[in-house]
Amino acid sequence: MTDKQHLLTSKQMAEFVARGFLRFDELVPDEINQAVMRAIDTQVIKGHRSGTPLSQCYQGTPIRKLLDLPQIQGLIQSLVGQDPLFDHDAIHVREPNEGSAQGLHADSIIDCRTHFDIQLMYFPHDVPLEMGGTLLLPGSHFRRVNEMDVAAYQNMRGQIPMVCKAGAILALHHGIWHCGRQNKTRRRRYMFKLRLNPAVRQLRLWNTDDLDDEYRRAKAIHSAFPMGDDVQGILARREPWFEQASGRLEVVNRIKLWRFLTGDEEFDVHYWLGRLENMPA
Amino acid sequence: MKSTQRQKVLTLYLSTSALDSDVLGWSIYDGSGKDAHTTGDSDEPPYESGLEALRDGWRLIQHPVLIPPYPGEEYTTSFMKYGFLFEKLEDIEE
Repeated sequence: MTDKQHLLTSKQMAEFVARGFLRFDELVPDEINQAVMRAIDTQVIKGHRSGTPLSQCYQGTPIRKLLDLPQIQGLIQSLVGQDPLFDHDAIHVREPNEGSAQGLHADSIIDCRTHFDIQLMYFPHDVPLEMGGTLLLPGSHFRRVNEMDVAAYQNMRGQIPMVCKAGAILALHHGIWHCGRQNKTRRRRYMFKLRLNPAVRQLRLWNTDDLDDEYRRAKAIHSAFPMGDDVQGILARREPWFEQASGRLEVVNRIKLWRFLTGDEEFDVHYWLGRLENMPA
Repeated sequence: MKSTQRQKVLTLYLSTSALDSDVLGWSIYDGSGKDAHTTGDSDEPPYESGLEALRDGWRLIQHPVLIPPYPGEEYTTSFMKYGFLFEKLEDIEE
């Protein structure tokens, strides 16, 4: 069982619900980074059959050591449960001096579930800006699109190029729009991706000690109030690329996912759903 | 007679259906071959609004059609709703 200190907090979960990803810089120690790079070069890392419990995967490899880190265990348990299922993995390679980037896309196919898979992206070496890094668009995970449908969008306000030191981890909601940016260096770029499916109902799997009556209390609505840094404030924050009207619907999407994850069917932010649910007999 | 001009197209994804609203996303394809753009190559938009692009000489050739939400899909979000397509004609050397 993972120590509570390594589980996500409610504010971190709210960040994941709102933005569709969590980022952890320099999380993986260098000895594992080096071992993974060697394992990539010698093709030691092998995938598994889809549906295999993660606890049975990667035995004797540096990926197993990575997955056994308490912070990674806590991250996985908080999002998809203690022993999720292996979906697939991939070692993504961007060749040196590429002519163009990959098109923006969401992985797999259009997925209408409220339940979600996660994709761990692991960067075993430094990634400077000229090397590209994975590009991701925060808050795109609720948009219903089918894979490369969105490849026409070259740039969006608020997009994040994953520039990082070795050992960074991204945990993505399966619906996040992303792509491999152009690698303009003379070196190959590697990124290890692992998709995991939940094997349990995703209900209060993180450290919920901080969920009290106060966090969900309705707040006065006034346009001049600054946005708070609490769960409601995090869920209400707009991304720079949200259209004015659709941005409101994105907050509703977040409220619905938060209700699903907490089992609290009356939770609301800014009265967006409470107003619609008011139907006096 | 072979044309010595090529089309350069710009799509601006705006915040509302108004052409003078803020630019949220952008894409450029240059048929003249002078410029090459790709995903994630810029963090700053070329213009702050669609109107600013008009003032810089871009010709608007398509604007988005407003379609009411399908019943049952009123709260679903998907593609960017307000993509405006512009063009310029670029001279090329024969």
